[in-house]
Amino acid sequence: MTTIDTTDTNDMPPQDPNAVSITINGRTVAARKGDLIIAAADSVDEYIPRFCYHPRMSSVGMCRQCMVEVEGPRGPMMVVSCMTPVADGQVVRTDTPQVKRAQEGMIELLLANHPLDCPVCDKGGECPLQDQAFSHGAGESRFVEEKRHYEKPIPISDLVFLDRERCILCDRCTRFADEVAGDPLISFTQRGNNTQVMTFPDEPFASYFSGNTVQICPVGALTASPYRFKARPWDLEQRESTCTTCSVGCRTVVQSSRDELLRFQGVDSDPVNWGWLCDKGRFNFQSTNSDDRLSTPQVKSGDSFVAISWSEAMETVARTIRHAREGSIAILGGARGTNEDAFMWGALADAVGITMKDAQLDDGLPASVFSYSQATIDSACAGGTVILLAPDLKEELPVLYLRLRDAVQKKRIRLIEVSSHETGLTKYAWKSVRAESGTTAQVVAALLAEAEISTQLASGSVVVVAGRPNLAEAASHTMEAIDAVVAAAPSASVLPVLRRGNVRGALSLGLAPSNGKDAAAILEASAAGQVDCLILLGADPLSDVADIDLARRGIAGAKFVVALDTFLSASASHADIVLPAAAYGEKDGTTMNLEGRVTSVVQKITPRGTSRSDWMVAVELLSLLGYETDFSTLSDVQQAMAQKFPGFGSTTTSVAVKRDGVVVSVTPPTSTLSASSVAGPRNSYEFRLDLSRKLFDRAVGTITSQSLENLAAEAQIFVHPLDLDRIGAADGANVRISNSHSSIVLPIRPASFVPRGTAWVPFNQLGADVRELVRRNVSVVDVRIESM
Amino acid sequence: MTGGTWPHAPGFYVGDRPQVVTSRFQYEDSYTLERYLATDGYKGLRSALARPANEIHDEVKNATVLGRGGAGFPAGNKWGLMPQGVWPRYLVVNGDESEPGTYKDRLLMERDPHQLIEGCLIASYAAGLSQCFLYIRGEMALAQERVAAALNEAYAAGYVGKNILGSKFSLDIVLHWGAGAYVVGEETALIESLEGNRGMPRLKPPYFPAANGLYGQPTIVNNVETLANLPWLLNNGAAAYTAIGTATSPGTRMVAVSGHVNRPGVFEIINGITTFRDLLYGDEFCQGIRNGNELKAFVPGGGSAPWFTPDQLDLPFEASQVGPAGSMLGSGAIMVMDSTTDIPRAALTLTRFYAHESCGKCTPCREGGTWLERILSRVVDGKGTDADLDQIFEVGESICPGAFPHASNEKLGIAAVPFPYRMNTICFVGPSAYAPVHSALTLFRSEFDARIVKRTMIKVTAVSE
Amino acid sequence: MARLTDENIRLAQEIIGRYPKPRSATIPLLHLAQEQDGYVTNDAMAHIGELVGASSAEVFGTASFYEMFKFEPVGKYLINICGTMSCALLGAEELMHHAEERLGIKMGSTTADGQFTLERAECQAACTEAPCLQVNYRYRYRVTPGQLDTLIDDLSAGKLVSEIPAHGVVASVRQHIPADRGVGAVAPETVTENPVWLDGKAAL
Repeated sequence: MTTIDTTDTNDMPPQDPNAVSITINGRTVAARKGDLIIAAADSVDEYIPRFCYHPRMSSVGMCRQCMVEVEGPRGPMMVVSCMTPVADGQVVRTDTPQVKRAQEGMIELLLANHPLDCPVCDKGGECPLQDQAFSHGAGESRFVEEKRHYEKPIPISDLVFLDRERCILCDRCTRFADEVAGDPLISFTQRGNNTQVMTFPDEPFASYFSGNTVQICPVGALTASPYRFKARPWDLEQRESTCTTCSVGCRTVVQSSRDELLRFQGVDSDPVNWGWLCDKGRFNFQSTNSDDRLSTPQVKSGDSFVAISWSEAMETVARTIRHAREGSIAILGGARGTNEDAFMWGALADAVGITMKDAQLDDGLPASVFSYSQATIDSACAGGTVILLAPDLKEELPVLYLRLRDAVQKKRIRLIEVSSHETGLTKYAWKSVRAESGTTAQVVAALLAEAEISTQLASGSVVVVAGRPNLAEAASHTMEAIDAVVAAAPSASVLPVLRRGNVRGALSLGLAPSNGKDAAAILEASAAGQVDCLILLGADPLSDVADIDLARRGIAGAKFVVALDTFLSASASHADIVLPAAAYGEKDGTTMNLEGRVTSVVQKITPRGTSRSDWMVAVELLSLLGYETDFSTLSDVQQAMAQKFPGFGSTTTSVAVKRDGVVVSVTPPTSTLSASSVAGPRNSYEFRLDLSRKLFDRAVGTITSQSLENLAAEAQIFVHPLDLDRIGAADGANVRISNSHSSIVLPIRPASFVPRGTAWVPFNQLGADVRELVRRNVSVVDVRIESM
Repeated sequence: MTGGTWPHAPGFYVGDRPQVVTSRFQYEDSYTLERYLATDGYKGLRSALARPANEIHDEVKNATVLGRGGAGFPAGNKWGLMPQGVWPRYLVVNGDESEPGTYKDRLLMERDPHQLIEGCLIASYAAGLSQCFLYIRGEMALAQERVAAALNEAYAAGYVGKNILGSKFSLDIVLHWGAGAYVVGEETALIESLEGNRGMPRLKPPYFPAANGLYGQPTIVNNVETLANLPWLLNNGAAAYTAIGTATSPGTRMVAVSGHVNRPGVFEIINGITTFRDLLYGDEFCQGIRNGNELKAFVPGGGSAPWFTPDQLDLPFEASQVGPAGSMLGSGAIMVMDSTTDIPRAALTLTRFYAHESCGKCTPCREGGTWLERILSRVVDGKGTDADLDQIFEVGESICPGAFPHASNEKLGIAAVPFPYRMNTICFVGPSAYAPVHSALTLFRSEFDARIVKRTMIKVTAVSE
Repeated sequence: MARLTDENIRLAQEIIGRYPKPRSATIPLLHLAQEQDGYVTNDAMAHIGELVGASSAEVFGTASFYEMFKFEPVGKYLINICGTMSCALLGAEELMHHAEERLGIKMGSTTADGQFTLERAECQAACTEAPCLQVNYRYRYRVTPGQLDTLIDDLSAGKLVSEIPAHGVVASVRQHIPADRGVGAVAPETVTENPVWLDGKAAL
């Protein structure tokens, strides 16, 4: 007797109306309407050879390598599987003689003009053409004609070389540049058999994302200068990790050979980077390899440093802490380390009673930005309206720029941008308005009151992407602008875009300011002689604090400065003790990206010299100070962390956090912000200073990476072309920029992306330092510009 | 001489046949608005506007106006492929005539530009199209000038633009011109080119840009000659139109016959009835093979078409008969080769053409076309081998797999394979590079064998013997 | 190396205005640039990119796809001799050899005096009039070697100036849509309504 259990079927989830079932080589494959045959085949590991197909870009069906047979009404038909969507009941075969013949034929044609210089090609051993010639080719070529010849290889940018002879014209790089990066600086040129990828004459492929083209090139046509002739794939060892150059947290694979970092490649994490990396994140591993790294503890002796042992150094630090007056110890930084680093230093601060601590350097937003309803990258890109109250994301968080740009291009979201000058996203914005620094909140309030905008806000979700757009403007202006959005759209969520790699982790896990004493207040206290011991955790206030005068006074005023860093930074060189820190790639742990996603970072090489992870230094210090500790391994730290922050329980008990990580909700203690000062009106003869970052600047990770160090521009000041006329200066001429604090000289350039009355200066470039004019006690900085 | 010709219409011969699109060729000033108006010009438009648009669409559908660009798809049906209720939608006129052997659209543009303009207006009215782009081949300076001048006249006189003839129908016709690329004649490549891009064909499916064409909008691409039929059709009605020709191939066709005939020329012939024999040998047409030579082979429908031999001379100009015989009518271009023709060299000129004109987008065409050209060129130079001839078929197999269409030739013991071929390519350019050499090699193998180097085995004798 | 002149910018803007999307004007503007300078300069391509909203690389990618655009100076008279099927059947090769000997240059090159450039061309849609050639895209039909000599003599003597403009000018008549007659082009995304005449009734 057969019984039919009806309860089961009642409990079944409703059937997906988009579910499609197809057969591939006799196997039943579940797919969804709109999927391509090649993707459905990938999902069950039925490999169909391909060159031009890339799952993150539109299909072009150019290489014709992925042809398969599909049963049709008139018998089997050859179709291109990267262009053909699945259909219910479709019968696909990838293994018939016809398919094999077509695939062999295509390989033969692709190899016809390919130089077969595999022995001297960087791609050899990991080359899709080489691999598929073996797996899907006929094994020999019958092409006896002379092959195409081009000058090889030619540099198409500072980082990328192009060998047109090896190119198989798959359109991946050109499609990436146009479709993904929005930098169509390379294009197919000529026609037919003479088709070649080229830049415009004398106009390099200067894209922040150029390295991705090297990674996705299916042959050795594009090579990146940092890796050329460095290694063979079979010499490389690799581990999957997370890039911490900025807070997007792109997943990477870290590759090394003979204990040296050699290459980073993007890994496709669906909620984060989709496989892409920016060039800074991809190539700044060179910094870890730099000869300038600190390798041993040093103590200040006169004007120079003398190497000492770790035990001596740690004893000195412990002694200083022990003898410090109550409440006179301060910790700055920690946003460059791992969660574990931040947690242990937070624990040390708690144990010792250190209340002066801040992972930011007066260059972000107060931690209260995490108190709003929080968005993720995916939720921002999913639909509705995204309001940008942020710095230029293309410059600061490049892969987030890619994600938002993609969401706009695919018509999923509408961007509303309120910014002090045009940004990389301006041309993709539905509305982009200029708000002079200091007036953003008022501009936002007025804008959102417009009927068209409020209709748009009401039509779907609203996400505010919030960061610090101008380092010469108080953070309170951005916070007020966020509040203005929330007032207009109460369900709005916030995606905080603080920049440093693990700033969210550090603020969440114990290095957020308490009692309102943020970095600026700490430096003021230090300047006033109230700090006996200032600990810099990879922090360089002299380079990063916008009010450089405050930074100088703060560093000088500290009685004793300890710097735990990978390099002897400007601030570290003023330290009394310098401790060498393990760099990225030299330590295991976890990191938290801007949306609170926790992923792993891994050690691939031995730390330089005697350098150590930050958390180890904290543990040893605790022990020297007489605290009982039982942290001997990373997992000990992670267990303690999970105990204190239950959200971590599910993720960090083991370092093996999954590829896409887990979004953890930890709200750091919020510090009250000093009452906001209203920006006064600007005198019409003055300019409001707009100070923000470019991707490449004089940051230590950049200037210690050979291939990036020359990418930063010289310091310049940019004004609207009409303002340039008004000033009466020629393009490129030196002008004097002054206010009551100081005066500097910089070359001036016209820029139509800067509104009238604003003077934009990229932060931390080589040349005169505009920070001389910035003072923290005013909420905006106005300057005079005079031609000389 | 049978049939008139005029120096101002070089190559064109009129005969005792209906003239649907060439009736004004006799006038030296046929391209002026004045002449056009004096010869029933814009009357078809006026009568169209006096009726609802859908009626005009039906009229064109009923007349079965076959596309004259090459594929022969009925224009009225093509218009009907557009999705309902999506705006704007565009008409793109394909005046990029460049298929080897084809010479008709240029004449129609140079000699009777207003007829084309009127056709565009009627089509746009009937199919509900928002704007018309008239794409003329870049190298056709005179056609561009004539059409530009005619458009300027027509705008000024109220035939094009806002509220045409005082009606509520408004349409801009924009003259656009190319810059030299054969592949742009492919309709999706034409659209790419019109969008300012490299003229590379788009992926199929969709096979027609009707739903997703210019700027991703519904788009109709019609050939110049197709549209030039419409004024006459509107003036005389579908019944009169279908009374010419056969039921499946109504109306007339412009056909150019070139090569080794006594009188190469362009003729407006009756569709479906006229045979290749009529065309090549008829007194009113080409009047036989030059110098009394024998006919060796002919290309029946433009350089892309597989070749025919005298065996197929009696086929009529009817797609349903030419297709099964292994070729196509294409763009109405016949190229004739007499007995003196160097067949491998003739095949090379066509294969070279398609290799040169490959857009480079897909592998088989970009690499295969050139490869074929190079093998063939070596063979023509007397440096080829047996293996080279085999390799031609191998490369061809990678471009268009399976049996390739060719004329039934019982003498060779080969059964006819009907047109079209199967393609590994995005468009027909790649297979077109193979078609001529395949035809030549299949039909005239001995001429290739005579050209190749025979490798003789050298007898090796062991030293110890 | 020149950007478009003020007069050509005006023309360019008129042309751009006819299209729903500016980029469609790329090829017409490249012709305008070639008309201005005899070939397409890099500066002109960069300028066109600015006008139509494309990168210079994209404009170059488009331009280099098409035969007619030259990126280096060519002769005042560009002689394109057709070498495709019908012309080849009727003596195109001989005509090309003759032209090479007469001008003392190979196909694809320019005479030292900058007067003539010879090119092998593909089918020019004059197959019944084979062999044919174009001088700056003006046809000559059923050309014999003797006629070619006369043509070159006439061109050298300046006898054909009125018929054949210098290289770069293709059509010497331009379309002009009077402001009061044109319907105007709008970006496709802004159009959602059907044309007014599609109301099921006659337009007149």
